[in-house]
Amino acid sequence: MSATAAQEGIPKPRLLRFWETTLGKKAVMAATGAILALFVLAHLIGNLQIFLGPDQFNGYARALRHLPELVWPVRVLLLISVLLHIWSSIELAVVKSEARPAGYRRWKPAGSAYASRTMYWSGPIVAAFVAYHLMQFTFGVGGTPYNRLDPYGNVISGFRVPAVSLFYIFAMALLCLHLRHGLWSLFQTLGFYHPRHTPRIHRAAWLIALFIFFGFISIPVAVMLGVIPPVL
Amino acid sequence: MKLIFHIWRQRDGRSPGRMVRYEQDGLNPDMSMLEALDVLNEELILKGEDPVVFEHDCREGICGSCGFMINGVAHGPLSKTTVCQLTLRHFDNGAELYLEPWRAKAFPILRDLMVDRSALDRIIASGGYISTPAGSAPDGNAIPVSKEAAERAMDAAACIGCGACVAACPNASASLFTGAKIAHLGLLPQGQPERARRALRMVARMNEEGFGQCTNIGECEAVCPKGIRVEVISRMNRDFLKASWTARRAGAD
Repeated sequence: MSATAAQEGIPKPRLLRFWETTLGKKAVMAATGAILALFVLAHLIGNLQIFLGPDQFNGYARALRHLPELVWPVRVLLLISVLLHIWSSIELAVVKSEARPAGYRRWKPAGSAYASRTMYWSGPIVAAFVAYHLMQFTFGVGGTPYNRLDPYGNVISGFRVPAVSLFYIFAMALLCLHLRHGLWSLFQTLGFYHPRHTPRIHRAAWLIALFIFFGFISIPVAVMLGVIPPVL
Repeated sequence: MKLIFHIWRQRDGRSPGRMVRYEQDGLNPDMSMLEALDVLNEELILKGEDPVVFEHDCREGICGSCGFMINGVAHGPLSKTTVCQLTLRHFDNGAELYLEPWRAKAFPILRDLMVDRSALDRIIASGGYISTPAGSAPDGNAIPVSKEAAERAMDAAACIGCGACVAACPNASASLFTGAKIAHLGLLPQGQPERARRALRMVARMNEEGFGQCTNIGECEAVCPKGIRVEVISRMNRDFLKASWTARRAGAD
């Protein structure tokens, strides 16, 4: 279609031309990544209420269920963001693989961080984790006991399975790596760099990524150590 | 001094290539890497073999002709140094060095360590210029430029187009090169009239040439012999994003 349109002198839609460039796809990835990272932070603050007891935690979950006008738009936004984030990453993976058909016999990193070179590993594994996480705690088909009205109990019974907790902790470690690069990289991609502020953004990305890691894993660790007791 | 070279030998773009091992003795530690290859080539010629082809011109680190991978790092282990300025004293006697050409779809191999970097020229031709009457010289200081803008434009203009950024990038991205040109002209008053068009065209050309995307990992900055910073890439991103949304006519500039 595009060839005929070009021949007839009809310019391509602006959005399509933007998307067709690598910079356009990267901008989409950065913007959707920012949305997803904000959600992860909000989700963490919600989850940490489990340390305040079952009434607080289940009350928070109930309050969310009674706010469909907030929950559903957010869910739609997150779904669109996840799809665009993955779609742009797949298209860019193709660009990347075609850009260097023959690799080096030897290649040594000269200035890049481990986290930045492994985004194509951490991303898909975190995505697989999110799929399992939704099955377990939203749809109740994760293989652990599930009661829709008792999220507190679901968390306890879920994380008492060591394999579930270990996969969770592993996924959070990868999410931490992913965010450690992604959180500063999105500023660079969207065109913000300043010799004074960018190093601060680097440090902030590390701190936020570590906060997210330790915040999330504190829950399965506490369950396994028995710090968060089951309701009898 | 003695060095053991493993060098990528390839007759032309269509032939398969392979690594070939050469032991070269009698080298002077004060020789440059290219002079070591000259010595090797002299002996290869005397033996009736094909010399190793590599590109070079000024041999003083300012022309951007030379460059290849040494043990997996573009231009070798010394930062801000092209291979012609890299002296053998930075290597241990008897060291094994793997020399490979820049690898990118947009840089087809011509022979051995020499690649065709015309793609970079075509990116420049797509917008890395200003359109101005080139007749008589303008009055001095007729166009005010702040000290800071002049310095930063000069830093970006230091790019010699050697292609090390592309070679070092896991995605074979030419973002540091293209960003340097866009930042260099975009920081100066003379570059303003064509700034939006330049960003749109040069980015499009960069993509058409088959270079990969930038993932902000910073390998390019680490190997750039002129110390170009990834800040220029964020300037390119900003100019491109802005131009994409503010250009008045779709399809034009």
